[in-house]
Amino acid sequence: MANVLVVTEQRGGALRKTSHEVVWAARALADAMGGSVDALVLGATGVDAAGAKLGDVGADRVLVAEDASFDRYAPCGYAGTAAAVVTAGGYGAVLVAATAAGRDLAPRIAARLDAPLATDVTAVGFEGGKLTATRPVYAGKALQQVRFDAPLAVVSVRPNTFAPGKAAKAGAVSKVAAVAAARVVVREVKAAEQGKLDVAEASVVVSGGRGLKGPEHFALIENLAKALGGAAVGASRAVVDAGWRPHAEQVGQTGKTVSPQLYVAVGISGAIQHLAGMRTAKVIVAINKDKDAPIFQVADYGIVGDLFEIVPRLTDEIAKAKAG
Amino acid sequence: MKIAVCVKRVPDTETRIRIGGDGASIDEAGVKFIVNPYDEFAIEEALQRRDKAGGGEVVVVALGPDTAQETIRSALAMGADRGVLLKADRIPADALAVAKALAAELKDGGYDLVLCGKMAVDDYNHGVGPMVAELLGLPCVTAISKLELEGGKGVAEREIEGGVEVVEFALPAVLTAEKGLNTPRYPALKGIMAAKKKPVEIKPAALGEARMAVTSLGLPPDRKAGRIVGEGADAVPELVRLLRTEAKVL
Repeated sequence: MANVLVVTEQRGGALRKTSHEVVWAARALADAMGGSVDALVLGATGVDAAGAKLGDVGADRVLVAEDASFDRYAPCGYAGTAAAVVTAGGYGAVLVAATAAGRDLAPRIAARLDAPLATDVTAVGFEGGKLTATRPVYAGKALQQVRFDAPLAVVSVRPNTFAPGKAAKAGAVSKVAAVAAARVVVREVKAAEQGKLDVAEASVVVSGGRGLKGPEHFALIENLAKALGGAAVGASRAVVDAGWRPHAEQVGQTGKTVSPQLYVAVGISGAIQHLAGMRTAKVIVAINKDKDAPIFQVADYGIVGDLFEIVPRLTDEIAKAKAG
Repeated sequence: MKIAVCVKRVPDTETRIRIGGDGASIDEAGVKFIVNPYDEFAIEEALQRRDKAGGGEVVVVALGPDTAQETIRSALAMGADRGVLLKADRIPADALAVAKALAAELKDGGYDLVLCGKMAVDDYNHGVGPMVAELLGLPCVTAISKLELEGGKGVAEREIEGGVEVVEFALPAVLTAEKGLNTPRYPALKGIMAAKKKPVEIKPAALGEARMAVTSLGLPPDRKAGRIVGEGADAVPELVRLLRTEAKVL
């Protein structure tokens, strides 16, 4: 019997959506392993309130570590606290979300616990007494199945992969010791524009490519994103390399891999490295003037033609549809 | 300033992946290999820091088979001073096993800075850099897009969802590079010629025990064939109708 520890992530004292997804993923894994799910919540004093609802998505216990330095992501303190909890015993797996913080944290925990690591997984299992995982590699061009040959493994889970259901577990809250340490200190977090969504986490993404002909025309993309109810704006490598858009928006093999409900590709031809980054979207719409563009081979719905006519019309029609 | 850069040989990002005969790795026939793109940012940063400091050494460390020497030579052609190949028949999937071999090599090297790419574009781990840091007991900042160093201290910026973290640390440290940190130079012909004469030390990799094995590698399921709804702006109402009633995403 082995338990699963989820290291959750909070911003401003509120748990992030991905933390619920990971607790839900841990629930199924713990059931297969015959163990329980413990969720570790790290933050400043009072953060225990954030963990109060974790029983609803499958946490048996909620462990709260409070320290003034845990207000923001504290790489060494978070890793040290998680490692101390695991060392206390009973765990077979540690799960985190593969977010900016989780990608930084998971390898640190793995190294401290001398445990193997699988990152960005889209499925976890327990077969023949061993933990297994599925992970997209080559930016999603291939799927790798891995098996751990160790009593403890660390796994980071890709955001937007597990949709939490209802579990109605106790989620009993208790305190654990915070191990504050600071080899590096997050001095400041500069917030992006208010309400700006990250492409990797958004449920709707509208991306623009070279077909837009210039950075000034990205207003078309932003307006369509707005009409879709606050979708995130993405970009192809070509336009990021040209300096039209920031790298944070790049979708593809040297950018972000996204799995939204809806992905709209505007003026993007569909290079292999781009397709790799968005092919797991549930529904793909492509707008491109070239009917032979590779993007149409992965698109569920395509319109061939001039994006400068199509996109404004689409923005209007969607706004109307949303209003009606 | 003495700087180590860890580099990896990876398939070009435009590679069409075919599964190899073992069913657990790619078919490398005809595949073009490149320096991992994120490692190029790490190399460039190391060269700029060395030159700014007015001297020092940039040492390129790669783990892999003999062919990884090409990756080292590419970095030497950009301007690195010497290379170390930690020879292994293949690169283990277990990032911690790789990190242990790199840490063993870097441990007594007297490096002020260890730079890595934030991830390799083949296995997507994001793991080796911070693992090396933990094994060496050094400060680490991952996925940095901006760096300032002064008097043994550093400030780096890293992108997070919806913002940028500003992180302080002291040297020696391990940093992993995100795109945008700098613009990597292309090796000049002179650099390519000079690289042939630069020393590359070859020794066996002291790999940790691999405790994560790849049991299979497959292609993702093909997407169901889509359709062209129509041409031009007149096709928009039909697209919106399909998104509403068929795909149900509006």
